[in-house]
Amino acid sequence: MSDVAEKAKSMVNTDEVAIQINQMHKWYGEFHVLKNINLTVPRGERIVICGPSGSGKSTMIRCINRLEEHQQGEIIVDGIELTNDLKNIDAIRREVGMVFQHFNLFPHLTVLENCTLAPIWVRKTPKQEAEETAMHFLNKVKIPEQAHKYPGQLSGGQQQRVAIARSLCMNPRIMLFDEPTSALDPEMISEVLETMIDLAKTGMTMLCVTHEMGFARKVADRVIFMDGGEIIEENEPEEFFTNPQNDRTKLFLSQILNH
Amino acid sequence: MNITTQSYKPGEHPSLPPPRNLVGPVKWAKDNLFGSITNTILTIVAVYLLYLIVPAILDYFFFNAAFEGSSRAECREIAKGACWAFIDERISVFTYGFYPVEERWRPNLAFVLLFVALAPVLFDKVPYRGKLLVFSLLYPLLAVLLIVGPVSVESMHFSQGVSGPLTWLVIFAFASALFVYGSKTHNALAMVVGIVPAGFVLVAFFLSDALWISIPDSIGLTNAADDIYIFEPVDTHLFGGVLLTIIIGVTGITLSLPIGIVLALGRYSNLPAIRTLCIMFIEFIRGVPLITLLFVASTMLSYFLPPGTDFDLLLRVLIMVTLFASAYMAEVIRGGLQSLPKGQFEAADAMGLKYWQTMRHIILPQALKVSIPGIVNTFIGLYKDTTLVLIIGLLDILGVGKTAISDPAWNGLSTEVYVFVAVFFFVSCFGMSRYSLYLERKLHTGHKR
Repeated sequence: MSDVAEKAKSMVNTDEVAIQINQMHKWYGEFHVLKNINLTVPRGERIVICGPSGSGKSTMIRCINRLEEHQQGEIIVDGIELTNDLKNIDAIRREVGMVFQHFNLFPHLTVLENCTLAPIWVRKTPKQEAEETAMHFLNKVKIPEQAHKYPGQLSGGQQQRVAIARSLCMNPRIMLFDEPTSALDPEMISEVLETMIDLAKTGMTMLCVTHEMGFARKVADRVIFMDGGEIIEENEPEEFFTNPQNDRTKLFLSQILNH
Repeated sequence: MNITTQSYKPGEHPSLPPPRNLVGPVKWAKDNLFGSITNTILTIVAVYLLYLIVPAILDYFFFNAAFEGSSRAECREIAKGACWAFIDERISVFTYGFYPVEERWRPNLAFVLLFVALAPVLFDKVPYRGKLLVFSLLYPLLAVLLIVGPVSVESMHFSQGVSGPLTWLVIFAFASALFVYGSKTHNALAMVVGIVPAGFVLVAFFLSDALWISIPDSIGLTNAADDIYIFEPVDTHLFGGVLLTIIIGVTGITLSLPIGIVLALGRYSNLPAIRTLCIMFIEFIRGVPLITLLFVASTMLSYFLPPGTDFDLLLRVLIMVTLFASAYMAEVIRGGLQSLPKGQFEAADAMGLKYWQTMRHIILPQALKVSIPGIVNTFIGLYKDTTLVLIIGLLDILGVGKTAISDPAWNGLSTEVYVFVAVFFFVSCFGMSRYSLYLERKLHTGHKR
């Protein structure tokens, strides 16, 4: 195991751990999707997760906010253990923001309403305050002028930036990104990545499933490679890209870096 | 302008207007009427057929029609066409059935108020919409009170002894205390268990003759001997015509939507008990013809109810029609629910919204919008199905028409009657269909670039 992972492991049980996953397994019916996942994420760490499709990387981060249920092992987010207790699930979801591959904005609400809905109904923030917060984050993602448009009137890159702003409006302590640039035209990928880089600079804990290796190099503290439902290898980006240990990792990297 | 003279550098080509012959009415006619030789021939034949048919129809129904007369023979002397005098003479029966003449201001008032109540629900640019919506909520009670009059609830009369009213009061006090307790401790179950009986007592009191007759009587506001009550109870057997059609149609339409939504959510839910119950209800109702349900309402129900309980036939019919429409509505809305991508549910979950918040703010607004054509389709179907009540002896507009035809003085005028009924239904249903188009346009938010 690499130094980073060792260091992360030693931080268990302090306040500085954002996410702790111990011996977690998940099945879809008969199919064993996630096998013995162990992962400790210190607060403020930026992790990029990559791997071939079907390797379980999306499923793993979706387990963290209970969009998927795990069957064995434990997941502790922000000191709260994820069980069937709805109170715990709600508490965790309030602290964890998520950005999806297909944006999943609400098409019947304006951009501003998309951003204020959860703060108003989940956090019970007064409407005016929620709108101010929303405008603040829309400014951060550089599209305040689109606030009163509907998602269907925006480009893909703009929609994804709105989705990021929408998550940030809940003031989450952890952000999950599930292939945020995979559904975008090449021209729009960079504007979303820039937004994410800005976010990383604020010290946000981020878990990001992506194949954008440039992004991984630039901001990730650790890169995790998954295949067949297991974590195969994890390392600092520089080491990971220049000196992969596992044969499977080498094959994967040669394929995505040389296309 | 000559095309060859125009040249622009790469990236500087301006947007030009389309060529003349691609837009405008001439283009439309060319495309749709004279596109090919077959098309042209069909257009000419169609125009000729219209020339033959339209004047004859206009002649029969308007120019050569009799608008006066007191029997079919008199009509015939005036003109050869339709005899509208018949409809004119019967118009009050067509409208009210046998509703007492001196009380007809009440359904009239209820009808006018119906539009006041509907306006804020249907359109969002109505002044004072918030306040009017409160009125819309109270309107059903007011309408029942106006059209039916006070219901006799003897146990609410002090003249029948103190124990009756006292029981009602205790139930109300206990239930509303439970509701207040529930709302203070955020206990949803206590709130529901409290509000239902408390609301029931309030509604019963509002509609009862205790409020509108006994109390005014006992303090001398009305005089029983003079028989002058503001709200004389009117027997529902006397309802008929347009009045009855609208009562059944509007009740069915307004109640079937919320019940249908609840059933659809139930069928879509993860809780097996609720889902099974909803599926059983929906499949049972959909598996049985409406006429069968109406027969159950009119005859068989009295076998199952304890002897002596007799509740109003019209009320039974209303319940059956509503349940019937709800089952269809539930399936239409379920279609809308299924059309939503899973990502919408996931995004709502990920933000920590609770089930009802997700449904109210995210899922239902979109699902209902998608289902508008189907919902209005069900409304229109239900509205026309109200004519089936004539089979169990209620005289809706079609029922009144059928009895009118058998009048010997006006023998053989079924065309006029059926045309009149058809026009009535067409106007109502076409209105609903146009409103649904308006609503679809208003709620369209995507891709308006």
